[in-house]
Amino acid sequence: MTAYTDPPKESFQLSQLIHDTRYRSYTFQFIALVLLLFGLGYLTMNLITNLRVAGLSISYGFLGQPAGYDINQSLIDYNNQDSHLRASIVGVLNTLLVAFLGCITATILGVFAGVGRLSKNWLIAKLMSVYVEAFRNVPVLIWILIISTIVTVMPSPRDFKGETPDAEMLFGIIAFTNRGIYIPKPVWLEGSWVVVTVFILSVIGVFAYRSYAKKLLFNTGKLLPMGWPSVAILLVPSILVYFIMGRPIGVEIPELGGFNFKGGVALQRPLIALWLALSVYTGAFIAENVRAGIQAINRGQTEAAASLGLRPGRIMSLVILPQALRVIIPPVISQYLNLTKNSSLAIAVGYMDLTGTLGGITLNQTGRAIECVLMLMLFYLLISLSISAIMNAYNNRVKLKER
Amino acid sequence: MSDMHSHLAFVRTEMLAQQEPPIKEKGIVKWARSNLFSNWMNSVLTIVAFYLIVKLIFSAGPWFANGLWDTSSLAQCREVLDGVRGACFSVLTERWQQLLFGIAYPSDQYWRPTLAFVLMLVAAAPVLFVALPRAMLVITALFPFVAYWLLWGGTIMTSVFLLIGVIVGYLVFTKAERFGFVLGLAAGLIAAVVVWKIGGVIKPSVDGIMVLEPVASRDMGGFMLNMMLGVVCISLSLPIGIMLALGRQSHMPIIKGISVVFIEFIRGVPLITLLFVASVVLAYFFPPETNMDLILRVIIMITMFSSAYIAEVIRGGLAALPKGQYEAADSLGLDYAQAMRLIILPQALKISIPGIVNVAVGLFKDTTLVSVISMFDLVGMIRGPILASTEWNGVYWELYGFAALLFFVTCYSISQYSQWLERQLRTDHR
Repeated sequence: MTAYTDPPKESFQLSQLIHDTRYRSYTFQFIALVLLLFGLGYLTMNLITNLRVAGLSISYGFLGQPAGYDINQSLIDYNNQDSHLRASIVGVLNTLLVAFLGCITATILGVFAGVGRLSKNWLIAKLMSVYVEAFRNVPVLIWILIISTIVTVMPSPRDFKGETPDAEMLFGIIAFTNRGIYIPKPVWLEGSWVVVTVFILSVIGVFAYRSYAKKLLFNTGKLLPMGWPSVAILLVPSILVYFIMGRPIGVEIPELGGFNFKGGVALQRPLIALWLALSVYTGAFIAENVRAGIQAINRGQTEAAASLGLRPGRIMSLVILPQALRVIIPPVISQYLNLTKNSSLAIAVGYMDLTGTLGGITLNQTGRAIECVLMLMLFYLLISLSISAIMNAYNNRVKLKER
Repeated sequence: MSDMHSHLAFVRTEMLAQQEPPIKEKGIVKWARSNLFSNWMNSVLTIVAFYLIVKLIFSAGPWFANGLWDTSSLAQCREVLDGVRGACFSVLTERWQQLLFGIAYPSDQYWRPTLAFVLMLVAAAPVLFVALPRAMLVITALFPFVAYWLLWGGTIMTSVFLLIGVIVGYLVFTKAERFGFVLGLAAGLIAAVVVWKIGGVIKPSVDGIMVLEPVASRDMGGFMLNMMLGVVCISLSLPIGIMLALGRQSHMPIIKGISVVFIEFIRGVPLITLLFVASVVLAYFFPPETNMDLILRVIIMITMFSSAYIAEVIRGGLAALPKGQYEAADSLGLDYAQAMRLIILPQALKISIPGIVNVAVGLFKDTTLVSVISMFDLVGMIRGPILASTEWNGVYWELYGFAALLFFVTCYSISQYSQWLERQLRTDHR
C-alpha cells in the first residue's frame, strides 16, 4: 500500500552554490581559478611593462652566438668560439658527470658507513656515527669549500720534478696534484672493438648463468656454485681475446712535461673537490637510510631463515636484503636527486656545470636573465621528474601485495 | 637419613665461595674482547681505526696547541710561529663581529641582534617544551614584532601598529567565524588591512616615539643573516605548507592541480636557481615603482622552497592517519574546517614533527647558499671581505672550521631535540 512518489523536484537556487556541499566545491574551484588567473595575469602584465621599459624582449637568439669563454673541463670538443648552446651542453654533460660519479661513491661510502654504524665493533660504530653526524649537520657548501681547500694543499706539479722529487706518482701511474688528478687513459688501437664486444658478451653471459642457476635451484633444489664461475665467465674470454688480438688496448700514462702533466685523463681540481664533497656529504645521508633499512627488518626473519637451515650468506641475500632494499632504495634514490641538485653548487668552486655556464657566465655576458634561469630550471626539473618516474616504477614493482 | 651420610665418602656440607671470573672475562678486558677484538676482522678494523685516530690527533694536536689568538694579521702569525705548525685563531678574535653580524651593521648596535637572539630562545622555549607555563606563549606572540623593531630599528610604533592590526584581525575572525571559516578569515584579513592602512596614515605624527637607529636590510650579514633567514622562512612556510598539503589531499581537481604543480615544480629545481630568480628575475614581475630589497626577495623564494618541502612532510602525516578519523569527524557533523582544525591536523602535525624538524635543519643549512648571489652571510663573509683582505688572505682552516662548528652546534642540538620530542610523543607501549 505504500505509494512511491517522486522526490520533490528541486529548484536550483543561487544560495546553493555556498550552502550545498554538492555545488560548493565548484564555487571554491571557480574562485581559486579566477584568483590564479588574475595573479598570473598581473605578473605577466608587470613583466611586459618592465621589459618594455627596459627595452628588452624574450628571445633565445643569443644561444647561437659565440660564447667567448673557455671551459677547463669538457667531455666534448669545445672552444671559446662555439655557441652559447654548445657551452650549455658542455655544462649539462658536466652536471651529469659529477652527479653520476658522486652517486656511485656516495653509495659505496653510505653502505659502508651505514653497516659500520651497526657494527659490533665499538670503535668503528662510534667513528661512523661521528662521520654521519659531522656531515649531516654542516652545510654542504661549507664542505665543498673545505674539501676544495684540502685539494689545494696537494703537491704542485713542480714537486714531481728533479732527481729526488718531493712527490711521487701513486704506483707510478696516478699523479695527485693541486691542479687536479691525472690518471692513465686507455688508448684504443685497431681491433680493440673485438675485445670490447667480447667483454660485453661475457657480462651478458654472467647474468644468463646466474639466472639459469637460480632457476635450477628453485625448480630442482640443485645448487650450482655462483662465485668463481661468474668471475671466470667475466674475465677469461676477454683476457684470451686481448692476447690473441695482440694487445689492442694500450694505456697512456700521464707524464711530466714542462710545468704540468701531459697525457692521460686530467680530472681538474674543481671536479675533484665537488665530487668528493658531494660524495661524503650524501654518503652520510645514505648511511642513515641504510641503517634504518637494516634495522627495519625484524630479528625474527633472521632466526626463521636460520631455522630453515640457510647459511648466513644466503640468509643475507635471500631473506634480509630483499626486504631491506624495499625500505632502503626509495630514500636513496631521493638522495641521488638531492646530490644532482646540490651539484649546482659547483659555481662556488668554479666547476663549469650547467649552473656555471648557462646560469653563470652566459647569463652575465648576455644579460638574458629570464631565459637562462628558465632553461636552467627546466633542465633540473626534467632530471628530477625522470628520477621520480623511475622511483615510482620501482615502488610499484616492489609494493607489498595487500588485500 | 642422616646416618646414611656418614657412609658416603664425599658429600659437601657447605658451598664453595663464588669465584672471581677469570681476568679475561671481566672488566675492561672483557669489554675490549667483545667490543673491539671479537674476531680477526674486527681486530684489524680496530687497529686500523685506532692508528688513524692517533695519527689525526698527532697531526692536528700541535696545530691547535700552537694556535695564536692575538696577532693582527696572517703575516704576523707566521712570524711569531716561525716555521712551527700552528693555527692562526686571531682571525676569529679580530673579526668575530663581522662573522656574526656582517660588515655594515653599526658596531655600537650589536646589542640589538644579541637581545633579539636571546628573546628568540625565550620565545621558542614554550613552543618546544610543553612543561613550561603556557603564559610564556605571550612572549612568543609578541616576539616577531619586537624582533622586527630591534633588528631594523626605526620607531617602535611600526611594530605596535602591526601588532594592533593582527589583534583586531583575530578578534574579528573569532566573531565572524560562526558564518563559516572562510568568511571569518576574509573578514579578519580585511579588518587587519584596514587597521594597517589607518596606522600608515597616522604613523608620520608619532615617528619620534622610541626610535632606534634604522638599519637597512643590505647591512645585515654574518651568522645573523643565516639565523634570520632560517627562522623567518620556516615560520612563514609552516602555514603555507599546511595549506598546500591540504590542497594536495583535496578532492577538487583544480585546487589539487595547483598544489601538485607548485610542489613538484619547487621540489624539482635546486634552491640556487630559485635564488637566481630572486636576484635577477623576480624584480621583473613586480610593478616598476616597487623597489623591493634583495633580502625580501630572497625570503619570498626561500619560503616558497621550504613550504613545498613542508607540504610533502605534512601530506605524509595526513596520509598516515587512519581513515576512521576522517569518518569520525564527519559523523560528528563537523564541517571541513572544524574537522581539520579539531581532529585531523593536531594528529597529523604530531606525526610529522620529526619530518618538519628535518626540513627546518636542511633549510637552515641551505641559507648559506645566499652567499652565491653575493649576500654576505657567514660563508659569504668568509669568502668575500675576510679572505679578500690583505691581513687574512690564506686563513682557510680556522674560518671554515669556525663556520662548520657554528652550524654543527645549532643543527645537532635541533636534531637532538627532535629525537627527544619523538620519544616524548610516543604514546604506544614499547
